Amino acid sequence: MTDLKHIRNFSIVAHIDHGKSTLADRLIQMTGTVAARDMQEQLLDSMDIERERGITIKANTVRIEYPAQDGDTYVLNLIDTPGHVDFAYEVSRSMQAVEGSLLVVDASQGVEAQTLANVYQAIEADHEIVPVLNKVDLPAAEPERVAEQIEDVIGIDASDAVEISAKTGLGIPDVLEAIVQRLPHPEGDADAPLKAMLVDSYYDPYLGVVVIIRVLDGKIKKGDRIQMLGTGGKYPVDRLGVFRPKMQDIAELGPGEIGFLTASIKQVRDTRVGDTITHEKKQTATPLPGFKPAQPVVFCGLFPVDSAEFEDLRDAIEKLALNDASFSFEMETSAALGFGFRCGFLGLLHLEVIRDRIEREYDIDLITTAPSVIYHIHMKDGTMQELHNPADMPDLTHVDHLEEPRIKATIMVPDEYLGDVLKLCQDRRGIQLDMTYAGTRAMVVYDLPLNEVVFDFYDRLKSVTKGYASFDYQMEGYQTDNLVKMQVLVNDEPVDALSTMVHRDRAEQRGRAMCEKLKDLIPRHMFKIPIQAAIGGKVIARETLSAMRKDVTAKCYGGDATRKKKLLEKQKAGKKRMRQFGKVDIPQEAFISALKMDD
Amino acid sequence: MTEDWQHGGFGLYIHWPFCQAKCPYCDFNSHVAAKIDQSRWKSAYLAEIQRVAAELPNRVLNTIYFGGGTPSLMDPDLVGDMIAAIRGAWPTANDIEITLEANPGSVETGRFAAFRDAGINRVSVGIQALNDADLRALGRIHSVAEARKAIEIAQSTFDRSSFDLIYARQNQSLADWQAELREALAMAADHLSLYQLTIEDGTAFGDRLSRGGLRGLPDEDLAGDMYFATQEICDTAGYPAYEVSNHAALGSESRHNLIYWRYGDYAGIGPGAHGRVTVGGQKFATETHLAPGKWLNAVEETGNGENLRDAVSGFDQAGEYLMFGLRILDGVDLKRLNGLYRDYIAPQKLLELLELGLVARSGDTLRTTAKGRPVLNAVIRNLLPEV
Repeated sequence: MTDLKHIRNFSIVAHIDHGKSTLADRLIQMTGTVAARDMQEQLLDSMDIERERGITIKANTVRIEYPAQDGDTYVLNLIDTPGHVDFAYEVSRSMQAVEGSLLVVDASQGVEAQTLANVYQAIEADHEIVPVLNKVDLPAAEPERVAEQIEDVIGIDASDAVEISAKTGLGIPDVLEAIVQRLPHPEGDADAPLKAMLVDSYYDPYLGVVVIIRVLDGKIKKGDRIQMLGTGGKYPVDRLGVFRPKMQDIAELGPGEIGFLTASIKQVRDTRVGDTITHEKKQTATPLPGFKPAQPVVFCGLFPVDSAEFEDLRDAIEKLALNDASFSFEMETSAALGFGFRCGFLGLLHLEVIRDRIEREYDIDLITTAPSVIYHIHMKDGTMQELHNPADMPDLTHVDHLEEPRIKATIMVPDEYLGDVLKLCQDRRGIQLDMTYAGTRAMVVYDLPLNEVVFDFYDRLKSVTKGYASFDYQMEGYQTDNLVKMQVLVNDEPVDALSTMVHRDRAEQRGRAMCEKLKDLIPRHMFKIPIQAAIGGKVIARETLSAMRKDVTAKCYGGDATRKKKLLEKQKAGKKRMRQFGKVDIPQEAFISALKMDD
Repeated sequence: MTEDWQHGGFGLYIHWPFCQAKCPYCDFNSHVAAKIDQSRWKSAYLAEIQRVAAELPNRVLNTIYFGGGTPSLMDPDLVGDMIAAIRGAWPTANDIEITLEANPGSVETGRFAAFRDAGINRVSVGIQALNDADLRALGRIHSVAEARKAIEIAQSTFDRSSFDLIYARQNQSLADWQAELREALAMAADHLSLYQLTIEDGTAFGDRLSRGGLRGLPDEDLAGDMYFATQEICDTAGYPAYEVSNHAALGSESRHNLIYWRYGDYAGIGPGAHGRVTVGGQKFATETHLAPGKWLNAVEETGNGENLRDAVSGFDQAGEYLMFGLRILDGVDLKRLNGLYRDYIAPQKLLELLELGLVARSGDTLRTTAKGRPVLNAVIRNLLPEV
């Protein structure tokens, strides 16, 4: 057990690419926590996808022992949190487990939207915040201007910001000293009944569920019988330890300490982040308030390209769900795509990560249908239904009105691109809430419908600003609007996987765009194919895909028999990669590409 | 009992693999050689004729076809010796058709009379275009003037002659092609082959296209318009299409090529020649060594130029027959098809195509319609069984 005064618990807040993981690596390295030969980049990010995309998805912790200039050795616990908005809720929970934050800002880039969102969570969690200006070694670095920006935009004192280069190691000792001197030590009563917070949990194939805990009061030892007050689960502690960043067993964890335990817990779903862990016999009288579980906000269908792989897909999804309580799924049948799953995600990045993992780790080719949000359908009988899939839209005669989720989006952008950003937001039915300037960068805040954002908003934003804009959002609740289900009919038959919810005023425009896209995406057939967009029974847009005009081998003589026949057979097999709908073969990419809007 | 191949007849294909220059659109087995030892080649060809004749004895030979490469570069004596050997090895039909492919160069046309004396009774001249700029773009080494001269000589030398044109060329308009085709028909004898330019992988054009070059090729709609214009103009001029790309006055069809399309037996002699031959009631696909030197050595050392012989299953025979038969006016005999492989075509698929008017059925004959022919590949893809 470590003396409270010699513990510092902190997290790092940063925008993507501002150097959070590199700083964490340096802190670990410089304190000798990891031997030089074991050092690798992004030490705390264990998944391939985390390393590849340079992002952190799950929260990770590491315990660092640091001999400070005052002669004492301190235990520093870093909780590395995801930076992306999709995982914002995970961040806010992790923030509750520590007392301070390092705010890392790229001294050449300045404050970004994501920095803001995360730093506000740190402020809300009452953190002491140490601003750290990274990449001061770059020629484009302007530490003074960025410090000023931190004060202007975030409103915290940046006069004694630590200037570092995580890449070269410059200033890292100053960061360690600042952690010890400027962050508060945790409080807690070692003699009180055990009260620990369940910070996060993950599934390990060898150990079962590993639970990350922060002890608030009391002590926990291996062999203790514990109870989780929220779920009621009772377990004996099999193993207790800390991450350095490899697992290392420890005899006891006391107040203020962060570590892990395993307790024969079968799946991550059996644990609830924010739950209070206490002793089964001697329970704490003041449990933590707990957290709401994270709710999926974006839904899409995942279907195997090869329908024979449906069971493999089920297996993959179930395994992934074991370790990710925020990911939901249910079986879905589509006339166009066969059997698959309707899956719920925290956001688009979460969707992409899960999809990539299924394709990569389980080697299953997927068709992903257009993402959708949850609509609230208020029926005439006063009941309310949630709509996760436009294909399930009930008969309009029973529907009173629809509500859609809206978000508050914060976008930071160099002023030369501001006009394009405002137009994009306006085109997506946005309502401007705020616009302020910090130097040459503008910060605009918009109220936007989530369904206009989930699909390709971020791609469009990146393209109109050449990648210079940053974007973050939070959910703002539901609002009534004039929403309709738009169907697409190919060769007079509705294609359920292409149904979307759209705003009535934009339906014609969207319908036209979709029909035009599909006309290009669907190859010509032997007959002409009408492609229509319709609301209810009313066609609002129509295109006709002409019949194939010419596809014949010019020369086919005796010596060509084998080769030309093989070619035709190969082409025929290639058509199997398409989905047959009625008599029409629709290529897989059409299901997503048709919905992209080239504003 | 009649064997299936007898519905198509029996022909001999002889491949001469050498050219003066390789054309950029050509994916045939052709080579440019500095010097050719014609006597060595002659012995090899004669040996192969004897080998094939021993295997397929006592059948009436309907046709001989010298293809290439540029067989008009062969020594006429070699051609004469081969024809004599063939006539000695098989009983030949009274009306045996002996075709030679020719290029319109002066060297070749100068030999036309000698080829006639050697036994050739039909030539097919590779004209390709009646426009000098386009001939250069196609990599041809002759001029329009030479082409006209070659056609003239061919017609005065041989009873039957044909020439080839390529259309849907770079930057060719519909009007350009219509005019050129009318010009061509005015000097045609009894047969014309009109091919849409096809860019094949592994050719110089294929490489250029994949690198983003070869601009100005017509799109599908223009190519379709050109195809239909071709049919209309040729029909009016009395040269209806009896096959996708082949037009002839009635009775002047290429009998040799009809053997392929009617799925008869054909033996292939020379480097890279393919055959379909029925031995002991089983149809085999044969191929000879592709590389000229390799073929020559194999024949000299082992007495056999063949390097592949696969039994063709009834299922695959049905597929090949269908693919060929739908190219020609004759169509496919469904009874014969059923004899090769029972219920090869799914009735539902056939019904769909019949309803779309792409194929038509009368009695047991299934034919591609005028509407179906330009999209024949799609028709065949639909009829091929799912595997």
